[in-house]
Amino acid sequence: MALSDKDRIFTNLYGLQDWRLPAARKRGQWDGTKALIEKGRDWIIEEVKNSGLRGRGGAGFPTGLKWSFMPKQPGDRPHYLVVNADESEPGTCKDRDILRHDPHTLIEGCLIAGVAMGAHAGYIYVRGEYYNEHLVLQAAIDEAYAAGLLGPNACGAGWDFDLYVHRGAGAYICGEETALIESLEGKKGMPRLKPPFPAAVGLYGCPSTVNNVETIAVVPTILRRGAPWFAGFGRPKNSGTKIFCIQGHVNKPCNVEEEMSIPLRELIEKHAGGVRGGWDNLLAVIPGGSSTPMIPKAVCDDVLMDFDALREHKTGLGTAGVIVMDKSTDLIKAIARLSTFYKHESCGQCTPCREGMGWVKRMMDRMVEGRAEVTEIDVLEQVTRQIEGHTICALADGGVWPVQGLIRHFRPMMEERIAAYKAGKAAPMALAAE
Amino acid sequence: MDAELSTATEIPQPESFSFDEESLKAIDVIVKRYPPGRQASAVIPLLYVVQRQMRRSTGSAWVPNKGMDAVAERLGMAPIRVYEVATFYFMFNMKPIGRHHLQVCATTPCWLRGSDEVSRACRDAGKLGGWGQTSEDGMFTLSEVECLGGCVNAPILQVDDDYYEDMDYESTVKLIEALRRGERPAPGSVIGRQTSAPEGGPQTLLDVPGE
Ligand SMILES: Cc1cc2nc3c(=O)[nH]c(=O)nc-3n(C[C@H](O)[C@H](O)[C@H](O)COP(=O)(O)O)c2cc1C
Ligand code: SF4
Ligand code: FES
Repeated sequence: MALSDKDRIFTNLYGLQDWRLPAARKRGQWDGTKALIEKGRDWIIEEVKNSGLRGRGGAGFPTGLKWSFMPKQPGDRPHYLVVNADESEPGTCKDRDILRHDPHTLIEGCLIAGVAMGAHAGYIYVRGEYYNEHLVLQAAIDEAYAAGLLGPNACGAGWDFDLYVHRGAGAYICGEETALIESLEGKKGMPRLKPPFPAAVGLYGCPSTVNNVETIAVVPTILRRGAPWFAGFGRPKNSGTKIFCIQGHVNKPCNVEEEMSIPLRELIEKHAGGVRGGWDNLLAVIPGGSSTPMIPKAVCDDVLMDFDALREHKTGLGTAGVIVMDKSTDLIKAIARLSTFYKHESCGQCTPCREGMGWVKRMMDRMVEGRAEVTEIDVLEQVTRQIEGHTICALADGGVWPVQGLIRHFRPMMEERIAAYKAGKAAPMALAAE
Repeated sequence: MDAELSTATEIPQPESFSFDEESLKAIDVIVKRYPPGRQASAVIPLLYVVQRQMRRSTGSAWVPNKGMDAVAERLGMAPIRVYEVATFYFMFNMKPIGRHHLQVCATTPCWLRGSDEVSRACRDAGKLGGWGQTSEDGMFTLSEVECLGGCVNAPILQVDDDYYEDMDYESTVKLIEALRRGERPAPGSVIGRQTSAPEGGPQTLLDVPGE
């Protein structure tokens, strides 16, 4: 039941072919775009709704619904499309392949999304480290302008649309949509309180919608092949195809576009050469980027890779960055390194996040050594509960969930570490006493 | 998260900074991207222009105080706003760095696949004591960075603007020795992988219309 090449949207995911316009056209991009646009805004939004597409940036919000929040009648303020190419969630490297190998899927998607939300301009915010990728994207945009696909009367469909690339400068927090907007306005990337939501007050105070690269890039193909085609993949409410990033302790790490709801085990064994040392050597998997809590092997054995199945196991599909850890892994250290990451990336404006992330990191560093009391595991768990849900943005939630996942599934390992540390301390004393 | 803002007493700051021809051309293109009255949006792009010009003219990619002042003046912003931005983001170097910036990704996905070995190789071959240090010959500065967004090609060493992927101790030493000789090996996977495809060649996308 595996996805076949004819149903893959990102046909140049690996860059086997040229990214430029003539080759992209041969792969079917920019085919009949004018006619799609002429069907109008309502039709586009309805098709996207019917396709069941949910945002690929991590939260999985229904895309068509999100677009419908933009004001119907143009007011005195312009509307903006903002594309999130910040891709900084550890474990995630899918948008990179779209930017450098299939940029025209994204550019065509931007035009169509612009029409659907009444925007005449779009900004693509690319993480600063993707220097070479941003050069390809800019060159592809230049080609599209030269061919009349962007700019005044784009595609000859009567809609003016300008598209710009804006580089970030190394800050995970700028992937959060309101921090991204602040950063794009030339400020420090600090998230805004919501409401108001960007659809009401976004970029430059104007109605705006922020979408992930993959979300936007799948839209042209959905419209060409029809909502039922896309909705036919995956389980209900978890529709479509999806790029997975399979990494860590697998024999052949890779990106691959697969059908949603594929079993995790099949995904790993079919595409990534299996777990190093065989399936029974598996310890745990972080299924959807660093913010999603890990699941132990017993869950991995038959869990499906979609929003709802993973939520049943108190984790999530997130960005579909699948981080595999075999039995050689020091899981406590793996999570402690993530705590270091979140502490490093906190923007510092909420006390529970600024202070809490530092506290959690220091506690996790002690847990790696075992230099703690068993009761401190409970204290750690309680502190994460006090941080969760008490901050402006979800960075702090994402920072504590991995720790909660570790305690939920591997508490005995933490207790053993503590016992071993105590025994190690005790041993020399016992010797001295002899 | 703010980096330290250098003070003139610690770091030798250039007396002045003015944009050269190449920078001025780049700036003309950049400022047109933003609507009238929204020129502050160009602050990050212009800080990059400063950093690149410093690399061109001195061999060290960094942002001196006078460079920030020049950005503030060009965009009609208060200098403090520019300092705030420059120190908030990690990619602006607030003090001089070596000719090549070795940036080792050490976040969990890279760590699982041996980033400790990559940083050890950087220290050995680059003659570097630790994070943040510049080698005595001025060739290399070593930094620990967070996930670079290339995890299926872990571990990754970013050198200046380029990613070197699927690294280990030996390949890192070889790369650094080549850089020292003034060579610039092609970026990407050092084990010959086709970008993010599995090792040994793609198993999908073999049946695609096109070229
Ligand atoms: C700390 C943090 C970092 C985020 N980073 C990204 C990112 O790099 N890329 C992205 O698309 N969304 C990221 N998001 C989610 C965005 O806020 C937003 O939900 C998303 O871009 C919406 O796009 P979608 O509806 O197409 O999924 C991040 C959220 C948080 C809280
Ligand atoms: S939760 Fe953390 S990152 Fe988010 S706004 Fe608050 S301090 Fe900043
Ligand atoms: S963790 Fe190193 S590239 Fe993602």
